[in-house]
Amino acid sequence: MSYLEIDRLSVRLRGGGPLLRQVSLTVAAGEVRGLVGESGAGKSMIGKAVLGILPRSTEITAGRIVLDGVDLLTLPPAERRRRIGATCALIPQDPLTALNPSRRIGPQITDRLVDILGWPRVRAEARARELLAEVYIPDPERVMRSYPHELSGGMRQRILIASAFAAEPKLIVADEPTTALDVTVQKQILKLIKEMQERHGTALLFVTHDLGVVSKVCQSLSVLYAGLVVEDCAVRDFFRAPGHAYSAALLAATPKYTDAVASLTPVPDTVIAAVRAEVAAADRRMSHG
Amino acid sequence: MLDGRGSVKRRAGARLWLSAGWLAVLVLAALLAPWITPKDPLAQDLFLGRLPPFWETGAEPGYYLGTDSLGRDVLSRILYGARLALIVALVAGSITCLLGAGLGLLAGFLRGWVDVLISRFIDIWMAFPPVLFSILLIAVIGPGLGSIILAIVIIDWTRFARVVRAEAMAQGAMDYVASARVAGRGRLGIMLREILPNVLPTIVVLLTLEMGIAVIVEAILSFVNLSISTDDPTWGGMIAEGRAAVYQAWWVLVFPLITLFLTVLSFSQLGEGLKDRFDPVLR
Repeated sequence: MSYLEIDRLSVRLRGGGPLLRQVSLTVAAGEVRGLVGESGAGKSMIGKAVLGILPRSTEITAGRIVLDGVDLLTLPPAERRRRIGATCALIPQDPLTALNPSRRIGPQITDRLVDILGWPRVRAEARARELLAEVYIPDPERVMRSYPHELSGGMRQRILIASAFAAEPKLIVADEPTTALDVTVQKQILKLIKEMQERHGTALLFVTHDLGVVSKVCQSLSVLYAGLVVEDCAVRDFFRAPGHAYSAALLAATPKYTDAVASLTPVPDTVIAAVRAEVAAADRRMSHG
Repeated sequence: MLDGRGSVKRRAGARLWLSAGWLAVLVLAALLAPWITPKDPLAQDLFLGRLPPFWETGAEPGYYLGTDSLGRDVLSRILYGARLALIVALVAGSITCLLGAGLGLLAGFLRGWVDVLISRFIDIWMAFPPVLFSILLIAVIGPGLGSIILAIVIIDWTRFARVVRAEAMAQGAMDYVASARVAGRGRLGIMLREILPNVLPTIVVLLTLEMGIAVIVEAILSFVNLSISTDDPTWGGMIAEGRAAVYQAWWVLVFPLITLFLTVLSFSQLGEGLKDRFDPVLR
C-alpha cells in the first residue's frame, strides 16, 4: 500500500498550455522516489501540487492526489491544509530565502509544533534542540537565538532539514535541496538527508536534476520530459539498463571524471524528436478524454 | 573590515540620537509651551514691533529671537507652533500609514482580484494633482485641524500602499512563505507573522518620512492661509508673515524656517537611523 499515490495528474497554466500531462507515480511509506528531468520538465510542479502550493497562475485540470488513502483534491481547502500540515513537510531549494530573515531560528522551528500541532512550548523547544543536535549543529541553544543571516548556507539548510523533520511527517518533498549549496557542502547535506530519512522512516519525494544524487539517495525514479513521465522504474534498473531512449541519453549526458569534456554529450536530436512525439500523443489522448 | 562596520554603526547611532534629540526637544516644547514660553504668543505690542534677536543692538531683554511686525514674540510663537506641527505629524502620519500600508499589504500578499482592485484604485487616485486636490478639499470642507489631517491622508496613502505592496509581493514569493503554507498556516497568519515583520522596517522609514511631509504640508497650507484659525501660531503662517518684511526683519522668516527644516530633516533621519538599528538583516 503506497503512502502517496498520484493518479493521472494534469496541471496547466491558467489560459495556457499543459505543465503536467497525466502524471502517475506512487511513493510507499519510507520510500525515496527521485524526480528527474531538465529545467522546466515539471519536477518541482509535482511536489508543489502534492503540498498544495502551486503558483496562482496554474491550475489542476484532472487527476487524483491520494495521501494515506484520502484524495486531497476532493477535500475542502481547510481540511486539506490541515491534513497536509500534519503529515507533510518541505525541504526547499534555497536556504537563503527559506528562513524568515526577521525572526529568530528557534520560534521558526517551534511555531508549527505549537500553533499547528498544539504542543506545549517547552516540549516544542526541547524537541527543536534535540533535532538541531541530530543534524550536527554545535551549540543548538545559541543557534536557536540567532537570526538566519548570522548563519552560513550549509547551517541554514541543516536547520531547514531539522525543521522539516520536526513534526515527524510521513512525507517530505525535497525540492533540489542541494542545488544552491557549495559542492563541498552538498555531499554532507545529502548524506544528512539520507540519514535522517532512514532514521525516521519518512517517505521522500526528491526533486533533482542530478543523476549522481539519485543514485545515492533514491530507490525509485520518475523521469520527466515536458510534464510527461517517460520512465518510472527502480533506481537499480535505471543505472543498469534505462528503459527509455530519453533516459539513456540523459544518463549518457552525465559528465564523467575520466574525461569530463568529451563526455558532455547532449541528448541527440532523434531522441528529442521521439520524446516530443510521445508528448503530442499524450496530448491527443488527454483531449479525447 | 571590523573597523569599517564599527564606524558605520557609530554614524548610524549619531544620526539616530541627533534626530531623536531634536524631536524630543520639540515634543517637550509643545507639551510644556504654556509654562516655558517667555511671552504670550498672541500678545501684540506695536511699540515693540520688529525687535531684533538678542545678540543684535536694539534687542529687548526677554525677546530672545526678536518680535514680528505686530510685536509678538517669535520664540514663543515657534514653541506654540510646534504643537500644531507635531499633532499633524503624528495623527496624519499614523492614519496615512495604517490605511496605506494595510491596503498595500493586502494587495501585495493576497494578489488576485484584491490586488487588481486596489492597484487600479491607486492608479486612478494618483492621477489627481495632489496640491490642487488638497486646496480644493479644504475649500470645500473648510479649514481646521481635521481638514489638514484628512487632506494629508487622502493625498499620501498611495505612497505607502505602492511601496508596501511591492515589498509584500517580493516577500510573498520567498520559500519561507511556502514552508509556512505547507505547515498549514492560514493567510492572515502568514501575512501578519511572516510578511509583516519583514516589511516593517520599510514601513517605519515611510512613516517617519510621512511625518516630515505632513509638517511641510501643514506649513504650506498655513502659508496659503488654509490651515486652522489664523490666531494660533503656525510655522507656515509665520513664514508667510515674515516674507512680507524680510528686508526689515529677517528673523521673523528665518527662525521658523530653520525650525521647520530641522524638524523635517530629523523625521527622515530618525527613520533611517531606526532602520539601521533594528533591521536584523542590516544590523
